[in-house]
Amino acid sequence: MNVDWPWPWLPRNVDKIAEATGEHLYLALLPVLFGLIVSIPLGWAASRWPAVRLVLVPLAGVLYTIPSLALITLVPLLIGTKIIDPLNVQVPLAIYTVALLVRSVTDALLAVPGEVTAAATAVGFRPTKRFLSVELPLAIPVIVAGLRVAVVSAMSLTSVGALIGIGGLGELITEGFKRNNAVEMVVAIALILLIALVLDALLLTVGKLITPWTRARQGANR
Amino acid sequence: MIEFKAVTKKYPDGTVAVDSLDLAVDAGRITVFVGPSGCGKTTSLRMINRMIDPTGGSILLDGKDIRESDPPLLRRGIGYVIQQAGLFPHRTVLDNVSTVPLLTGASRRDARRRAAELLELVGLPAELGKRYPVQLSGGQQQRVGVARALAADPPVLLMDEPFSAVDPIVRDDLQQQLLRLQSDLDKTIVFVTHDIDEAIKLGDKVAVFRVGGRLAQYATPSELLAKPADDFVSSFVGRDRGYRALSFLTADGVPVGPVTTTKVGTKAADAETTDGWVIVVDDENRPLGWLSAELLSTLGTTVTADGLVSGGSLYRVDDGNLRGALDSALSSPAGVGIAVDGDGTVVGGIKADAVIEALAQARKTGEVPA
Amino acid sequence: MDPRTAGGEPVNSALDWLFNPDHWSGPTGIPTRILEHLGYTALTVVIAAAIAVPIGAIIGHTGRGTFLIAGLSNGLRALPELGLLTLLVLLTYVGLLPVVISLVILALPPILAGTYAGVRNVDRAVVDAAQGMGMRGSTVLWKVELPNALPLILGGIRSATLQVIATATIAAYVALGGLGRFVIDGNNAGAGSPDGYPQMAAGAIVIAVLALVVEGVLEVVQRLAVSPGLRNAATRKRTSRIWRKPTPELVGKST
Repeated sequence: MNVDWPWPWLPRNVDKIAEATGEHLYLALLPVLFGLIVSIPLGWAASRWPAVRLVLVPLAGVLYTIPSLALITLVPLLIGTKIIDPLNVQVPLAIYTVALLVRSVTDALLAVPGEVTAAATAVGFRPTKRFLSVELPLAIPVIVAGLRVAVVSAMSLTSVGALIGIGGLGELITEGFKRNNAVEMVVAIALILLIALVLDALLLTVGKLITPWTRARQGANR
Repeated sequence: MIEFKAVTKKYPDGTVAVDSLDLAVDAGRITVFVGPSGCGKTTSLRMINRMIDPTGGSILLDGKDIRESDPPLLRRGIGYVIQQAGLFPHRTVLDNVSTVPLLTGASRRDARRRAAELLELVGLPAELGKRYPVQLSGGQQQRVGVARALAADPPVLLMDEPFSAVDPIVRDDLQQQLLRLQSDLDKTIVFVTHDIDEAIKLGDKVAVFRVGGRLAQYATPSELLAKPADDFVSSFVGRDRGYRALSFLTADGVPVGPVTTTKVGTKAADAETTDGWVIVVDDENRPLGWLSAELLSTLGTTVTADGLVSGGSLYRVDDGNLRGALDSALSSPAGVGIAVDGDGTVVGGIKADAVIEALAQARKTGEVPA
Repeated sequence: MDPRTAGGEPVNSALDWLFNPDHWSGPTGIPTRILEHLGYTALTVVIAAAIAVPIGAIIGHTGRGTFLIAGLSNGLRALPELGLLTLLVLLTYVGLLPVVISLVILALPPILAGTYAGVRNVDRAVVDAAQGMGMRGSTVLWKVELPNALPLILGGIRSATLQVIATATIAAYVALGGLGRFVIDGNNAGAGSPDGYPQMAAGAIVIAVLALVVEGVLEVVQRLAVSPGLRNAATRKRTSRIWRKPTPELVGKST
């Protein structure tokens, strides 16, 4: 194919790139945050009541299986948005995040040793405080791991929305493709990749910082 | 016959697992390697089939240095049983046992037939062959492991703590089974355990290792109990050494004295006691229990099988040892042990002091190392 | 293009489009597209498995090269598949090859990770016993480790398959067939057209249903293919590993 590598395109379009990046982050990260917040109570419910677990876990599996292009296309059908509404990308991303994280939260909470919760109750913690001070912190490593996957996937999945005209860096990819502009495409791809990896590393670091006990264990083994 | 010649195993970080081991394993016998954690017993065992190679010295199998053999081929001629059995979860029990025969080229049918024979040999029902390991209990899995090791009829069998992961009752059963098998098969068995009692029970010869991989003592169990080489061995062997040593001495010289018996159904008035006690027997003269003189006086007309004082192990005259004799005397409520013959009929009584006297005699004649 | 906000209308028009017999025949019909889509998927998964299973097995067996597993999984998950696909097509040509190459690249991580995890997770005692009875290294890998690793390997392949089905929807954007065709064509048809949004929505429904059906079929295949002696162990190991970290074979979502 006829490929152009117009490098000057880059400095000339910094504004456009910045705007696309901002839009991309808005499309990708907001739903993940929302999904995280929703998953915690859902995951708690699933860890506590087997009946809930029996419904939620398979449901999460089913939702996760549905390809993103399908969900993005069907959102207008389901909640009546226009085709080019950012919600069309954000709703599926939120759904995927919840589907992924509910499983993580449930398993993490179930993995908290029974003796620990029993000890906490015996010491005098009320259930809510016990959850916030004991069970949730212990579940953090697993949740962070799931969150990392959710964030990285979201950054990549958002670009699919460009196929039906919903913005972000994906639009730079499609525009570059239509105009044979390889530079535009490479810049967009590189940015998505870079930001995803940076966010991944960031979450990993923050996760380790707020769970000093996991680090202590590693130290003792040395 | 397996020979260790100055065998050493040293790891890159400096740890010495086995330190210049010189040892000869007798053919056709069970040799037990025993010792605390980190003494090199398992390492030494695994050097025999080259799962680990020594850093110094050499190991000879029937005079040939094992380093000259291709490890997989060497191993097909050596049976290997490990603690967790290591059965292949994805194959049936029968296919598990058939593994080595198939490896050495037997046909599937022959291998399966042999496998079925072996399952029977280790005391497992034939239907178990179709099951998968996950469906078996721990003890059953261990037996399959032994069957699998014996499938190609190797002259040498290596066993690495094979019975340590099962509960004591199952373990006892498996140990008995091994001894029975060995009496038929006469394999050269090297058995590793951390349990000194298991070592004494099973071993024809026992090698005690100390931490750091050095051999502390290599002797028969009775020598080990009677003459431990140093403080480490004697403390490792544990308490009651003297008493446990008695199980290795035959009770041939112990006199069996006369004892009063009375059959069930005898009139109470006719029953006699000696020193306040009488043994009540059945029609075949087999012991049912003890009856004290006081109990006798409270009885109605006849002696029955009810209300007898049980207790006291029985001493079998034809294959008994001093420990059994002494125990029967000590555990009897009357202070006299009941001696029975091969059919279980009463032949007489054993007194504790008769046992001690026999022991003193054995010392004099040199039967017991002084 | 506005599918109108009320609930009933767009659903009806989408379903009308879906069940219109015209759309079920011919080279642009739904069945054809389904077959094309499954064709791309099958081709990709077979190639990816042929590459990733041996590599994953060897890394798992020898324990060397584990950096490859972790590095590839994380790195490739961050790569936008739309970008990879279109760029590759731009740099080469419009055709099946660049698309399949992109799809294969994206399908490698779950299979690699699943195979590695499967081989690694085989009980060490089983491997020790196999070596101790005189099996050569290659025999141990082939006859003991791989059969026992099968549940996790199949899990990785399943995950990869779902991922490819999802990513293959993009193939339509670079002028190939497959179920993405309906979404792209519908989008291009424009406002108000009966072949506009209704076509998109119909296509989306078919995609979703296909993905779910394939997932269901693979679930059954996985159960059947695994030795009965491993069935309980497989689920036990999967659930016990889940909480430690979401491994790619479970969360391989990239599209």
